[in-house]
Amino acid sequence: MTEPTAKQIQDSKLYQQWGLSDSEYKLICEKILHRLPNYTETGLYSVMWSEHCSYKNSKKVLRKMPNKSDRVLAGPGEDAGILDIGDGQAVVFKAESHNHPSAVEPYQGAATGVGGIIRDIFSMGAQPFALLNSLKFGPLKDGQTKHLVNEVVAGIGGYGNCIGLPTVGGEISFENCYEDNPLVNAMCVGLLNKTDFKHGTASGKGNLIVYVGAKTGRDGIHGATFASDEFTDTKNKQRSAVQVGNPFIEKLLMDACVEIIERHPNWILGIQDMGAAGLVSSTAEMASKADSGLILNLDNVPQRETEMSAYEMMLSESQERMVLCVKPQFKDNVLEFFKNFELDAVVIGEVTEDKQYKIYHHNELVTDIPVRSLTEDVPEYDRPEVEPARIANNRDYHFMPEIDSLTDTWQKLLKQPNIASKKHFYQTYDSQVKADTLVQPGSDAGVTRIRGTKKAIAMTNDSNSKYVYLDPYVGGQITVMEAARNIVASGGEPIGVTDCLNYGNPENPEVFWELDKSVEGIASACEKINTPVISGNVSLYNEYNDEAIYPSPMIGMVGLIDDMKKVTTASFKEVGDLIYLLGNTFDDFNGSEIQLQQTGAIKGGLRPLDLNEERLHQDLVRQAINQGLVASCHDLSEGGLAVALSESAFDRELGFEIETELTSAQMFSETQSRFLLTVKPEDKTNFENLVLRDYQYLGQVTEDSIFRVTTKDEAVSINGKEALNNWKEAIACLMK
Amino acid sequence: MKFAVVNFPGSNCDMDLYYAIKDGIKEEAELVDYRQTSLEGFDGVLIPGGFSYGDYLRSGAIAVHAPIISEIVRFANEGRFVLGICNGFQILTELHLLPGALIQNEKSRFICETVTLQVMNDQTMFTNQYTKNEKIRIPVAHGEGRYYCDEQTLTELKANDQIVFRYNENVNGSVDQIAGVMNRQGNVLGMMPHPERALEDIVGSSDGLKLFQSIINQVRVNN
Repeated sequence: MTEPTAKQIQDSKLYQQWGLSDSEYKLICEKILHRLPNYTETGLYSVMWSEHCSYKNSKKVLRKMPNKSDRVLAGPGEDAGILDIGDGQAVVFKAESHNHPSAVEPYQGAATGVGGIIRDIFSMGAQPFALLNSLKFGPLKDGQTKHLVNEVVAGIGGYGNCIGLPTVGGEISFENCYEDNPLVNAMCVGLLNKTDFKHGTASGKGNLIVYVGAKTGRDGIHGATFASDEFTDTKNKQRSAVQVGNPFIEKLLMDACVEIIERHPNWILGIQDMGAAGLVSSTAEMASKADSGLILNLDNVPQRETEMSAYEMMLSESQERMVLCVKPQFKDNVLEFFKNFELDAVVIGEVTEDKQYKIYHHNELVTDIPVRSLTEDVPEYDRPEVEPARIANNRDYHFMPEIDSLTDTWQKLLKQPNIASKKHFYQTYDSQVKADTLVQPGSDAGVTRIRGTKKAIAMTNDSNSKYVYLDPYVGGQITVMEAARNIVASGGEPIGVTDCLNYGNPENPEVFWELDKSVEGIASACEKINTPVISGNVSLYNEYNDEAIYPSPMIGMVGLIDDMKKVTTASFKEVGDLIYLLGNTFDDFNGSEIQLQQTGAIKGGLRPLDLNEERLHQDLVRQAINQGLVASCHDLSEGGLAVALSESAFDRELGFEIETELTSAQMFSETQSRFLLTVKPEDKTNFENLVLRDYQYLGQVTEDSIFRVTTKDEAVSINGKEALNNWKEAIACLMK
Repeated sequence: MKFAVVNFPGSNCDMDLYYAIKDGIKEEAELVDYRQTSLEGFDGVLIPGGFSYGDYLRSGAIAVHAPIISEIVRFANEGRFVLGICNGFQILTELHLLPGALIQNEKSRFICETVTLQVMNDQTMFTNQYTKNEKIRIPVAHGEGRYYCDEQTLTELKANDQIVFRYNENVNGSVDQIAGVMNRQGNVLGMMPHPERALEDIVGSSDGLKLFQSIINQVRVNN
């Protein structure tokens, strides 16, 4: 194929197809280059200036997030954020979305999402040790959705299991709005010896740019642009924009990169993953950070296909590739080191001083543009925003469920897909490889020990887009606090956050308002509990035929457990343990699972979240756990007290006998800031003296699997075995 | 006592086994690269789980062509102990050091779960610290762990007491619920469950510890 000339690109407006607007193109021609960009150059600008790479639509909003604390060693701007955990160690983590690729090619889309996030962690010099994920699909009704779910789950497992990293936590939920635009968010957490920290920079004239890993093919070309566009009936077949993963190569690459940084830190100046927008994004960002220039010679790039053009090579998103900046005197050592891991490693360029980004292909200069024009000159947009009519119209609506039978409602609720056990899915993920997993999927947070220390790390992925849809600000706060309660209930101190911000088209003022308000909510909650947002990504344009998804921020939170003896799980431990509810319960039914059960939809406003009370309850639970007073602890979330009690009883097939002033309906209220705890009888006084207020004694754990519940309205005995069966089998039944 | 943990490209339980020996039973362990050609100086060989060579083609099928393999075979034939776990078991059946084969799970899905095993033979160098019929909790994590052999082989396995572990519940559809078998001489054991993931109560079970203690016990007796 003959590439169009610069003039033809201008005349045919080809750049528009690649996502550049007329004004952006004009800016490049008139203000940056003072000439027309050629085919390759236009391609580079189009991917680097996409929302996915530049955050041009969301930057203004993202600045509202707190990103500092005493622990922060690196925040947004690096491949992943880093938090100090003492003893010369740090945790490195990030979450990333792979929504669009997973919609088109679910297995590979999900698998490469996992692969990409793992590279972000080891490119910082850290050893990845745990994976999590957050998935959202349409209802499990038709074969197409079930196929999508099966393939996404298989892709996540296929990659993580093969590379040998445990998947320790996650969530899966189902709403109509995700039917044609599923969300696939993956998170990876790694451990770093602080001295091994490597920035992704390319500095110092004459230093070499080394390419390591899989060969470059034509897969994933324009993936970043594709991720920054909406789906429609006619546009959802862009299969060429999806990459194919090879976890075996990534395992070799991970082991090699971790080892070379640990053993030979002086050989390497910088290292970066080739993720979205592949070769151009990684090299331009490395040079930009150091304010350097670069010369690349594409003839040296290992290629999987013949006759690839410069454009194709630069924009390819082939997986399992890294870029290193290497001191020339160690060139042979580095190449030999990777060869020993049976990996391709070649010099493809060098650092220059002129701050230009120059690419040679077949001895021809095919690109000559300022490095920083790719990364820094992107126009930033301040999008108009407007509150959607549904918010004002429904603010005063208040849903009250009618409970004809507490038993029936209870049993039925346990079968609802958002509440039922997800074991059918997560048991296909290896959660125990490395033999460090202390709490496996199914409790509030996954917990992994740090070998050789007393410390452990608690991790969770949380989102509740139903709340964010009803009230983005309060919903944003709730999302953060639910994650924090999961960490606290596991015995951890929340120390930091990564996020995936999944929304619709930001050019729609209502969508942009949702983004802005929910980020403000997230920011206020993070500030309250001192959890800086140290990394993350933004996925906009999640729409199908102009229908946006619910605003769906996903919070990935990490907590530190200073002594693994404090690790706490949700399950009731012993018969006779005392059951307490911490936190007051109100009629909070808008956006709840009981509303969904009774009306088939969600509606109404949300009560403001009292951040002081929320923080107080988290602190009380942490103190109680630190003093060894807590036998089990569970965060209350979807389905309220009824579901929390059931889940706590299921693990050891125990029962409980409780009496409460709450109404039967309030058993399903989803009031925030609440925990369910059990305490050994001998710790009763100490526990009650510590928590002092806002707690309610409910009753005791019993041996037979029967849930004896007396509410303000009635007294019932619920068959615990039947409840367990409903909860355990519901998903497998739906997936048949 | 010194154990070799053989590391193939794609092995991912190598460090777990290494720590099982170093921290679990406080003996010496060393990772041995698949390109090496000698196991001189080692008392036993451990082949870890994982996805050697990505499990492309067929689990364990490519690993059997690695340089270290002939040394493992020599080791086994000399009657010294060889333990293959998960992918290691698959490699041992590919090598015909153990009878049968491991095929895709009955439900064609990967399964990770801590399961109950029954110790079928407590008179082996791998199980002498357990008691016969003892129920132990050990994690499994595999997609191709369904043990298969023909009728005649099964009869022989039973006749010679070569079935070492059986699943309490048949998690993957294995013939006769077989979770681990040894060769006729009793020095080569393959098992799909991961005893190296069950060495401490804090990770959920310590029932795997006795397997490693059994080996130590036996090697000491032999020496």
